Amino acid sequence: MLSFNSSNIASKTRTIGRRMFLLNSIKAVVLLGIFGRLASLQINESSKYRSLADKNRFRESKFAPPRGIIEDYFGEEIASNTTVYQVHLIPENTKKMDELLMRLKNLINLSDKKLILIKKKIKKQKKWEAIIISDNLSWAEFSRLNLFLHELEGVNPIVSVARSYQNNASAHAIGYVSEISPKDIRNKKYLKNINIAGIGIGKTGLESTLDKEMLGLPGFLRYEVNAYGKKIKQVSVDDGQRGKTFRTTLDNEIQVYASKLLENVSGAACVMDIYNGDIISMVSSPSFNPNSFVHGINQNEWNGLLNNRDKPLINKAISGLYPPGSTIKTLTALSALENDVVNSRLTVRCKGYIDLHGERFHCWKKKGHGLVGMRTAIKKSCDVYFYEVSRRLGIDRLATTAEKFGLGKNVLKNYKEEKAGVVPNTKWKIRELGKNWYIGETLHSGIGQGYFLTTPLQLSLMTAQIANGGFKITPRILVDENDQISNLQKFLNYKNSTPGGVMSTDDQIFNFSLKPLFRNQENINLVKEAMFAATNEVGGTSYRSRHVKKEFMFAGKTGSSQIKKFTEEQRIAEVKQEDITYLERDHAWFVAFAPVSEPRYAISVLVEHGGSGSKAAAPLAKKIIKKVLERHERRNSYSNKKIRDI
Amino acid sequence: MLNKRYSLYSPFSTKDKLFSLDFTLFFSILLLGIISVFAQFSSSGGTFDYFSKSHAIRFAIFFILFLIVSFTPIRFWHSTSFLIFLILLALLLFVKFYGIQSQGSRRWVNFYVINLQPSELMKIGIILFLSNYYHKISEGDVNKVRYLLYPVIAILAPFILVLSQPDLGTAILILLSGIVVTWLAGVRWKIFAYLTLVATVTGPIIISFLKPYQKSRILTFLNPDADPLGAGYQIIQSKIAIGSGGLFGKGFLNGSQAYLNFLPEKHTDFIFTLYAEEFGFFGSVFMIFLYFLITYRIIKIGNETRSIFGKLYCYGFANAFFIYVTVNMSMVLGLLPIVGAPLPILSYGGSSMLAIMFGLGIVMSCKVYKNSAVG
Repeated sequence: MLSFNSSNIASKTRTIGRRMFLLNSIKAVVLLGIFGRLASLQINESSKYRSLADKNRFRESKFAPPRGIIEDYFGEEIASNTTVYQVHLIPENTKKMDELLMRLKNLINLSDKKLILIKKKIKKQKKWEAIIISDNLSWAEFSRLNLFLHELEGVNPIVSVARSYQNNASAHAIGYVSEISPKDIRNKKYLKNINIAGIGIGKTGLESTLDKEMLGLPGFLRYEVNAYGKKIKQVSVDDGQRGKTFRTTLDNEIQVYASKLLENVSGAACVMDIYNGDIISMVSSPSFNPNSFVHGINQNEWNGLLNNRDKPLINKAISGLYPPGSTIKTLTALSALENDVVNSRLTVRCKGYIDLHGERFHCWKKKGHGLVGMRTAIKKSCDVYFYEVSRRLGIDRLATTAEKFGLGKNVLKNYKEEKAGVVPNTKWKIRELGKNWYIGETLHSGIGQGYFLTTPLQLSLMTAQIANGGFKITPRILVDENDQISNLQKFLNYKNSTPGGVMSTDDQIFNFSLKPLFRNQENINLVKEAMFAATNEVGGTSYRSRHVKKEFMFAGKTGSSQIKKFTEEQRIAEVKQEDITYLERDHAWFVAFAPVSEPRYAISVLVEHGGSGSKAAAPLAKKIIKKVLERHERRNSYSNKKIRDI
Repeated sequence: MLNKRYSLYSPFSTKDKLFSLDFTLFFSILLLGIISVFAQFSSSGGTFDYFSKSHAIRFAIFFILFLIVSFTPIRFWHSTSFLIFLILLALLLFVKFYGIQSQGSRRWVNFYVINLQPSELMKIGIILFLSNYYHKISEGDVNKVRYLLYPVIAILAPFILVLSQPDLGTAILILLSGIVVTWLAGVRWKIFAYLTLVATVTGPIIISFLKPYQKSRILTFLNPDADPLGAGYQIIQSKIAIGSGGLFGKGFLNGSQAYLNFLPEKHTDFIFTLYAEEFGFFGSVFMIFLYFLITYRIIKIGNETRSIFGKLYCYGFANAFFIYVTVNMSMVLGLLPIVGAPLPILSYGGSSMLAIMFGLGIVMSCKVYKNSAVG
């Protein structure tokens, strides 16, 4: 039996009480610790944890604002946005996926390949994330879909916007938009913030260089998610900022017209305003349909473009490099005159060839031109005359003049695909080829063959700067409303407003701060006059393509750039260009300015493997010039109006 | 003599009994219960779903049980304490072999209408048993090896049984509750020092026998950021929820962490996290105060109780209660590893609430019958 007395109880109580006191003290310490921790979390670090909770809670999805529009000079939309009809599918919302996909396949045009791709995608992503089944449905498909929508659980018909190009004519100048690729994200810094699945970004042309500004700022859709990432509700929307609209100097109607003219040849045409450098037209042929890229080009079409002999994807106007051929003779003559190497009265006897250091240099005319002066040499494009001139001039002085007039460097800043071409000189050859320059090469260069490489746009710039009296212009393809009126334009306005007002060249240069490319403007005028003769006088190389009506008259220079040198046998047999295989035929050039009375536009036309410039290129230029001059009044009044607005 | 004995059993009328209740304790428990119903309601996303509904019903039932236990003479609880302990031990053994298995552990015994977790009740059972044991033996015998044997067996048997379920949290709480009562009874410091020594030596060996998930919990506690989406997820999300509550909280039903399911176990072990997120620092401090008040009242009843059994029980229960609360809070605050210890009354869980309300009932019985001898 356990003992049970009061002293025992009292003693036990004391022990228990003492020990309990100790435990209570420990309790107080523990309580203080918990209190402190609570204060530290909820007071000191509260803001940190609040932001962490928000980070948990909110997800943001970006969406692309409408892309900026590209307009022509008159505000017509060349690259615009159009409504597209899409079908999205949220896998979570449907019970019978396979059945639904079969239904969709019957309703809209879905290939088996695409169906497999969609099924793969469904497996890969979260079941509440929308899948784009088709991003561009026809109206018929879309309305059919909407009719049966009640049977299609989980399917969302969506109306969205996508890039749309009015025509194929400006496909090269404008470029195209296509779905963003992982490579784009790696290579283009500005896309880091705009990385939105499936967004279209500019791949070539202006679409590419203006991409950043045309994309605008992405919008945000902020929504609350639960711990599993499922959307609970939308919290806020930021519409972003729509892309900037750009106005170009191009004339859409001329673009379409020129593109149509060049439809059956491979080549390019450029038209430039000789006073302000506006590029009125720039087409490359054959063209392609830029709309094909917007929703993903199909394999057949893509292969067709890649394997085409005429390289439709290349913008030949700025990326095609061709020897300038006889069109360079304008600069050879000018350079010789400016450097006082020859004077304009120099005559040379052309007997069809000259011999130099045992090598024979042929004129294009086998019989020879007889005794020719400079004017006739340009008019008839006599090679022998220019062999002699360039022999006296030397390559380095010719190269300096050529560079001054815009060859050998990029004309525009707006194209990453633009090529600079080559203006050869002695140093260039040593640097690039490690060899000394031969005099024979000077002779070839003097008639635009050999190492010279130019783009059609460069030659139109060259012609423009001759046509405007030898003043430097800065070509542009984008109209910036903040641009100052060019000095040359002011000079032109002055000339137009004071008919008969005579001002010496020096005064012109001084009063309007012009940048002359000449030493003596007489030399420029002489070249212009010779070009007039080449088109408008009997025996000129482009006489057959002249306009008789005074308002359309133009002055031009033909050219052909050799692909392959004629062999002696071919020369003797007088083989014609038409008789040799297509890819070995010469490229045909024609450069011109118009109208002759008061020049305003310069043009260059290139026809790949066209044979001769007079036959292949000049007739096309003739038609384009007429079109450009017909539209001059409209353009002029439009630009005047704009200037007044400023 | 007979008259006196009689008076010991029934010292006063029903009315007197009613007024001898500790009303501070009574209302504190009631208030905590009401708060717990709201917390469960919020935890269910603002709906009366299965969890919140059954929690409310349970609280109502167990509160009545609490009153019944309170008005049952302390002598009864004293005389049945060994029996209660043995029944619970038997149930633990039963669970070991025939228990309901769920999520890798065997903790529940099926009683047709309810599934009971004997380990939760054992937390009270061990206190009852040891209080009675030390009530019976004389102070001089406390430190004798022969008399130490029973308590050691009484503590280790349920500890090992619960540990093997496995349920580390409850096992530790049983162990701690037992040790506290033993220590209060006057067992020498030295013995506890030896035990601590043995624990530190065998600790690493025991840890090597732990299940991988238990090991990872300890490692996670040491560095929760090492694997934020894996084992550390719970503690990180819990800290985010509590911290983001700030001074005043996000408001009732506005706890984004809980509402959007970022909080794990939000009905049970992490219910305080939800509460702290919605009611902020002030709400949390109030909650701690409420628990402190209950502990304080229990100790106060212990002070007033004359029997050694009553004193040991009240003190032992007060300490255990305090340990439950602080272990749970430390756990959700990132001060202790996640061991699975519910917060008394607030957490969802029938057995846990039953044990607490039963335990509180005996405390209240000590108060009502504070002047009675227990035999």
